[in-house]
Amino acid sequence: MKRRNFLKACLIGGTTIAMGKTNKGWASGSFEGYPESMGVLVDTTRCIGCRSCEAACNKEQKLPEPDTSFDDKSVFEEPRRPTAKAYTVVNQYEKEKPGGPVYRKVQCNHCNEPACLTSCFVNAYTKTKEGAVIYNSKVCVGCRNCMIACPFNVPGYDYESVTNPVIKKCILCYDTRLKVGKPPACVDICPQEALTFGHRADLIKIAHERIRSNPDRYLDHVYGEKEVGGTSWLYLSGTEFDKIGFDPSLSNDPIISNVKDFLGMVPMVLSIWPALFSGIHLLSKHESGGEGHDTESKEEEP
Amino acid sequence: MSSYKHLIVAALSLGAISVFTPLAAQCAAVPDSVTLNQNGTLYKPFDFNHAKHIQQLKECAGCHHHTTGTLVLDPDCARCHQNSSPTAVVSCKGCHSAQPFSPETLAEKHADKQRYHKDKMGLKGAMHQNCIGCHQKEGAGPVGCQECHTRTEAGEAFNSSSRLGAKPAHAKKH
Ligand code: SF4
Ligand code: SF4
Ligand code: SF4
Repeated sequence: MKRRNFLKACLIGGTTIAMGKTNKGWASGSFEGYPESMGVLVDTTRCIGCRSCEAACNKEQKLPEPDTSFDDKSVFEEPRRPTAKAYTVVNQYEKEKPGGPVYRKVQCNHCNEPACLTSCFVNAYTKTKEGAVIYNSKVCVGCRNCMIACPFNVPGYDYESVTNPVIKKCILCYDTRLKVGKPPACVDICPQEALTFGHRADLIKIAHERIRSNPDRYLDHVYGEKEVGGTSWLYLSGTEFDKIGFDPSLSNDPIISNVKDFLGMVPMVLSIWPALFSGIHLLSKHESGGEGHDTESKEEEP
Repeated sequence: MSSYKHLIVAALSLGAISVFTPLAAQCAAVPDSVTLNQNGTLYKPFDFNHAKHIQQLKECAGCHHHTTGTLVLDPDCARCHQNSSPTAVVSCKGCHSAQPFSPETLAEKHADKQRYHKDKMGLKGAMHQNCIGCHQKEGAGPVGCQECHTRTEAGEAFNSSSRLGAKPAHAKKH
């Protein structure tokens, strides 16, 4: 049953994409699916790496205390990725360059056609009309397909609560803010207005206008306008995007390429499923036995 | 005199004014020090040394752009506003909204397709970019948060600063 649903979901996903492509070759993937979509424009030329957004997200999403305080600038030594304990991280790039350093905030980009959603066969993910990609821990089976499928390497796996919820990522503050029209906590706190909240359609105009009126400051590209079919989080940069941690190999085609990869992955997924389940079962037994487990580093191995 | 009154009102809305001394020749009266007290609950108010900045910058429009009786300097703005009269607004707050992303503001912007200035910065962004941007450009003046703003206890807790052994605010509830 689950397998059938899963294949059906893939098929539907595939059809949507095929339709989108034939109808709108010039703007591949930007189908008019979410006219009310909100979004955030990140202007990396404004970010000063203060990490206030990380602190605000931590509080808003009631995440565990960080290992070191949010003042700690030593975290910039290595690029980080979002985890189950930190839905957003700020990374530093180009520290040696005269114009540097450049900072970039990373979180779920809330894709118009999310690979996480397409890859999930129990429909744990929802793209809301406001643009947020949210996640229902109650139906999640912890298979971690979404972690593999996400082109931005976003969803984090919560090793501490083995039962519920298991996958964690930025939800655009959907429950507490977006739903009632309020800007996300990270946007609200940013001292530099490096983060601009608004209707996605307006943000795209604003972004191009910033480029037009300041061509020396910005590259002529709005990252996320078209990449993987468009994302709700958009980025402006003065430095080549691949130098600030973006994957230049991502095409404008939405999930289609991911679906292809993913379909190739299906047999593997189905065959590792039982193994995963027994693993989870063992872990939960471990947990209920009252013993904490500390296998994060081992589990992290792909 | 109405422009004088405007100045006081505007300055008051920016923050409490500690001292009044006529300083720059072209201005009627300017505060030597301005207390910025819109830092929310995480940071304490701080006194901005206005007098020192006047001495160093000389030109009011450097910070107040087209507001203090100076015509627009920015060539981009001048394309349309060359002949616009200077506005009487002095404080940042007079133009830059403290709630730039409120549902009302966003709905209004979204509905008005004709609107040119869709991207006007909010108050916090305008002030920080003005200050930090200039400090970075000049290679002088503070650029870090706590070099200007002293944290409150709540601010320390918010950042889970291990120095005070504080937990995040939400952790205390449990
Ligand atoms: S960035 Fe990744 S996790 Fe976020 S919506 Fe896109 S595919 Fe899903
Ligand atoms: S939108 Fe909300 S959940 Fe996402 S990074 Fe910002 S504060 Fe965190
Ligand atoms: S709060 Fe704003 S300026 Fe500070 S690190 Fe986050 S995005 Fe950058």
